[in-house]
Parts: sequence; structure tokens; C-alpha cells
Amino acid sequence: MTTKPTLPTEHCDSCPAFYSLEQMGFKIGNFDRVVALAGNPNTGKSTLFNALTGLKQHTGNWPGKTVTRAEGGYQFNGVRYKLVDLPGTYSLLSASQDEEVARDFILFGQPDCTIVVTDATALERNLNLVMQVMEITDKVVVAINLMDEAKRKGLEVDARSLSRDLGIPAVPVTARTNEGIHTLLATVADVISGEIITKPLRVEGTPEFQKAVRELVPMIEGIAPGVPNARWLAIRLLDGDSKVQQALLSGELAQRVARQKQAEVQFSRKMSVEGRQ
Amino acid sequence: MQHTTIQPNDILAKAETLRETLSTSFRDEMVKSLYSEAEKIAKRAVKTVQEKKYDLDQKIDRLVTSPITGLPIMLILLGIVIWLTVSGANVASEAIANVLFGIGDGGRALFNQIGMPWWITGFLWDGVYLGLAWVVSVMLPPMAIFFPAFTFLEDLGYLPRVAFNLDWLFKKAGAHGKQSLTMAMGFGCNAAGVVATRVIDSPRERLIAILTNNFVPCNGRFPTLIMLATVFVAAAFPPALTSFVAAGAVVGVVLIGVAFTFLMSWLLSRTVLKGEASAFTLELPPYRRPNVTRILYTSLIDRTIFVLWRAMQTAAPAGAIIWILANIHLGDSNLARMIADWLNPFGLLLGLDGVILLAYIIAIPANEIVVPTMMMVYMGAGMMVDGPGTSAGIYDLLVNGHGWTMLTAVNLMLFALLHNPCATTIITIYKETKSYKWAAVSVLITLGTAFLVTLLTASFAHFMGWV
Repeated sequence: MTTKPTLPTEHCDSCPAFYSLEQMGFKIGNFDRVVALAGNPNTGKSTLFNALTGLKQHTGNWPGKTVTRAEGGYQFNGVRYKLVDLPGTYSLLSASQDEEVARDFILFGQPDCTIVVTDATALERNLNLVMQVMEITDKVVVAINLMDEAKRKGLEVDARSLSRDLGIPAVPVTARTNEGIHTLLATVADVISGEIITKPLRVEGTPEFQKAVRELVPMIEGIAPGVPNARWLAIRLLDGDSKVQQALLSGELAQRVARQKQAEVQFSRKMSVEGRQ
Repeated sequence: MQHTTIQPNDILAKAETLRETLSTSFRDEMVKSLYSEAEKIAKRAVKTVQEKKYDLDQKIDRLVTSPITGLPIMLILLGIVIWLTVSGANVASEAIANVLFGIGDGGRALFNQIGMPWWITGFLWDGVYLGLAWVVSVMLPPMAIFFPAFTFLEDLGYLPRVAFNLDWLFKKAGAHGKQSLTMAMGFGCNAAGVVATRVIDSPRERLIAILTNNFVPCNGRFPTLIMLATVFVAAAFPPALTSFVAAGAVVGVVLIGVAFTFLMSWLLSRTVLKGEASAFTLELPPYRRPNVTRILYTSLIDRTIFVLWRAMQTAAPAGAIIWILANIHLGDSNLARMIADWLNPFGLLLGLDGVILLAYIIAIPANEIVVPTMMMVYMGAGMMVDGPGTSAGIYDLLVNGHGWTMLTAVNLMLFALLHNPCATTIITIYKETKSYKWAAVSVLITLGTAFLVTLLTASFAHFMGWV
């Protein structure tokens, strides 16, 4: 796997030839792709959500504003995306209900790409969640939000360094003023299409641990062929996560994966008919 | 790998055996290395360009979250918001009432002219329309002022500071510190406050937050408090002081509500929901410049219109029911008056009266409209007055026409503050707890408190010979 440095430059942001963004509000009946918005509380997920969908999801400056998930749509370069705004979470391991909503969606909703919105002024704490999301899925893009606040605080964030270290694209944005939004969307599109191949940094663990994971992964893949996050599931099983155990026993996991693959086929057919991609 | 199909149980068993090969703290170790990796990466990516000498945010925070100045600043902000609401709403309410009641008179006259049957005219204009007119003129102005002010503070980032200031009190009550956030949301709408309790991890503390959320007056109930405070409490003071006294009275009622929140949380966590308060970390986000258009949209479209529309949906049928009750004549009385008379002894016991209780029962689906409903009953029972939209008109109708006293006004304020949640909130409580029992408990606790408190104040006032 290689990381192709195909991040568009910031000038593309203002070039109308480069993009076409159409806010689609609630019109999400016929979407092609699903994108999830994850992130720590109060990093501006709902603000970004509103900027992309044209919806007026309630925003407020306090952690915990969004406790359910909101859905909206946008169209970018001819592809229709369903955008899912998740409750803010500090981790994906916790028990509170808002955090469970977020985790279940990333895991079982299997979005085509997950944007982790981070607070540029508190990057270290935010990266903990980024890395946990990266354990679940390869298709991650980091949006470094609140760049304006970071600047005011005298901080400079090097998106390239971050991107290199994490092995996934990192795009600086200021959701409130729509800065960097188009670059972000182009990057998301490239990650989904495979134009950008991510190589997420993962904590290796001890040799015994690696061996245990290696043994479990093929078994999980055997029961749910094509499952994109067998490694994460294996780790959760080793950890004794009851939610994951249940999904496995009830066959929910296999069903979800099958449904996902079906959508994949339909999408490629649509794209070939319309001559895009 | 064998060629037999793998069963989910096999995987679980395998995971079980593999787990034993790992050190018991393997997950902790992984989390630790993940955190240290994050730290390294962040250090490489973030450069401090210039060290700020002092941070304005921090300076403000030192003031608004200090143990000495924190609470007074909170009270002052609350006072300012309510004063703005009271003084602005008063003028606007009268203007709106004049216009709407004028339209009603015109409509009635028109219907009479074209020879409509009296009962169609009465049902539509004196029933449905009048119900709507009352709700709009009483509720719209306070909401249109309070909601933007509240949303402004929310967008600014003040709510987490409130949580910070009140944390120790909630802890003493055995509740979660984040309950102050959900309590603050309750000022907007109790149903929203109940949903917001999802931020609380512990089921016990979450339940406490849900059951006590109704003790802060939601925006639907604020207009009632404001109207009563303006018309009655402030009427005893010189005109120049009216708005300040009225605002002070409303702040007082709000504080009583907050006190009941603590008291009930304390009682619950000592009895049916025993347990210790859990620790949590709360971020104080930076203050952010509120976005004016977003504030206006959220507060006016999402909140004001939403709440008003909901109230109107109940007010129209309530108006119709009252008109029908008032026009079913039995002897020289009518049904509305008979029910009110029958409820009257119980009402007087609580320092209220039969009409108030009747209005409360009719308005149960959205009990924030209890005052407009009550006005309808008084007027429908055959008491027409001049310009009922003005404070003086209302005062005259209630005091001279129906024997209201200061006790009636104060107890109605207390009753409106404490009585059961509206239907939407009860349904929300059921949805969030998935339990009929807790939904019922939320009604019983609040209604029980409302009856008990009004009974006590009424008895006390009678005992002292004040009324």
C-alpha cells in the first residue's frame, strides 16, 4: 500500500472549475455514498454538517450538544453523499449512550468514509479518537477544524506532518467560514474512490497479541466475507466486548456486510451507465 | 483451516482461549501506547508561533467561574435576560393583543352582518379564534426575546461555565455535574432537556436528571410567569419600578425551581436512586463569537415558532371546548361554570380557584397554555371586559371580577412552575427511559410537589390572615 500525495492545493478551493458542491438538505433518498462525521465534543461537527448540507442542525458552544445522529445530503462532482453527523465522543470504548451511537455507526453503519473533525487548538487529545477510528476503518480523513482559533492562539498546525505520521489525509478547515471545505470534499471523494490509498498508523502490540489477532481475523472473515474491519473486531473480541459478541452471534454482522456489498455493485453500475468515475 | 463452516460460537471460544495467552492488562497497554503515539504526532505537527502574554479567555473564566464572583455573575446574567424579556414583552403583548382582538371583533361583526347562525360565529370567533389570539399575544413576545438571548449565551460558550459553577451543588445532591447542562436546556424546552441527559453516563444520575428536569420553567411556561409577575406582583409598586419588580419576581420563581431541582435530586439519590455522584471531566471551550444569523434562525424558527405552533395546536381545540362548555346552558348556569364551581373548593384549598383547575385540565396536552385557557373560561363564563389584552384590563377582570388576590397569583406561578410535564415531555421521558413506571413517577413527583407546595403556602397565608 502506498500513499499517493494527491492532496489538491489550497488554490483549488477557490477554483470553480475544480468542484461542484450542491447542498441537498434532507434529500437523501437516493444517495451513492455515506460519509460519517466523527470527532470530540464541541469541535464543530454540526457546523461542518450545516455548511455541507445547507441544513440548520442546531449548534451550540458546549460539549454534548448533539446526542442523536443527524443526516443530510450533499452532491459533490456529480456524486450524491449522505452525511451523518454523529455525537461528539472522546473515545469509542465508553458506555454512555451518545458515545454508543457514534461507535455503532462507524462500526455497523460502515460509512464509505469517516471524517474525524479535530480541534486544531487541542490536537493531542483529539488524535486519540482519530487513532481509535483508524483502528476500525482505513477510510478516514482528518479535518483539522478551528484553524482560525489556533491562529489566534498563536499555534501553527502542519497538516502535512500530521498526514504523514498518521498515514491518512489531513485537511485544515475553518467550518464556520467554509474555508478548506472543497479540499476536504475532494479528499473524501479520492479516499472513497481509491485515488488516495491510506495506510493508517496502528499500534502493533506485543507478539502474542499480534498472533492472537492473526488467528482470529481469518475466522471473522470466514463468517462475514468482505468485512472491512476484521482486525478491530478481533481486538474487541479479545477484549470481551459484549456488543461485538452479540453482533457476531445474532448474524447482524454478516448481514450488514452483505448489504454493504450489494450497494457497492449498484453504485458501480450507476457510475458506468452515467459515464463518470 | 478446516473445511467445516465456522460458527460464531467457535470464534467466541477461540477468542476466549487466546485471551488467556495475553497479559491481563493488554488493552491498557495498547491504550497507553496509543496515547503516547498521539502525543508524539501532535508535538511534531503543532508549533507555537508566538507565546501569548495573557489569554483573554482565561481572564474572563477566572471571573465567571470563581467561587466568589461566579454565582453572582450568573444571577446577574439571568436577571438581565429576564428583565429584557419582561420589559420588551409587555409592550409587544399589548400591541399584538389589540390587533388580534380587533380582528376578532371585525370577524364577528362581519359574520353577524351576513347572517351566519350565532353558534357558528360563536364557535369560530369566540372559541377557536379567541384561543389562538390569547396564546399568540401572551406567548409570542416573551419567547421572541428570551430565546435569542438564551441562544446567544449558548453560542458564546457560557453554558459549560454554568455547569462548572453548579457542579459542587449537584455533587452534594448526589447528582451528576452535567445535570446543570440538561437543566439549562430545560429552560428552552423540558423535552429537549430530557433528551440532553444522554450526555450523562450513569443510568442512576441520568434518571435523576430526567425526573427533575421539569422543575425549571420551560419557555412555554415563562410567559405565564411573566404575565402574572407583571400584572399582579409588580402592580403593587410604582410604575417606574414595574419591570424590575416583575423581573425580580420571575428570577425568584426560577430560583425556587432550581432549589426544587436540588432538593428532589437529593431526595431521589438518598432513597430510590441511591448512589454517589460520579466524577467527570468537563471541557471549558473557548468563547466563540456567536453567529447572529444562526442565532436568529435557531431561536426564532426552530424554537419560537416550533413552541408557538405546538401551543396553537392545543389552544384552538381548547378554545372550542371552552366555548361549547360555556354555551351548554343548564338552568341559569352553564356547564363550564358548573364544573368550575365543583372544582372551586379544592382550588381554594390550594390558593387557586375552580376556573384555574378547569383550565389546567383542558390544557393538559400543552399545559403551558393554562393562562390563556383560564382567561377564556373567565370571559366565556359571561364576563366581557374592555381591552382584555392590557395589563389593567386583565387585572380588573381577575381581581374585581373574580376575586383574585396576591395569593392566587403567587400560587398560580408556583403551580405553573412545579406541575406535571407537558404531554410531549412525558412521552419523551417514556422514550428515553423505555419505562412507563418512570414516566408515571415523573408526573407524580411534580404534581405531588405542586399540590403540596401550593397547599402549604395557601394554608400559611390563611393562617397569617393575609387573605
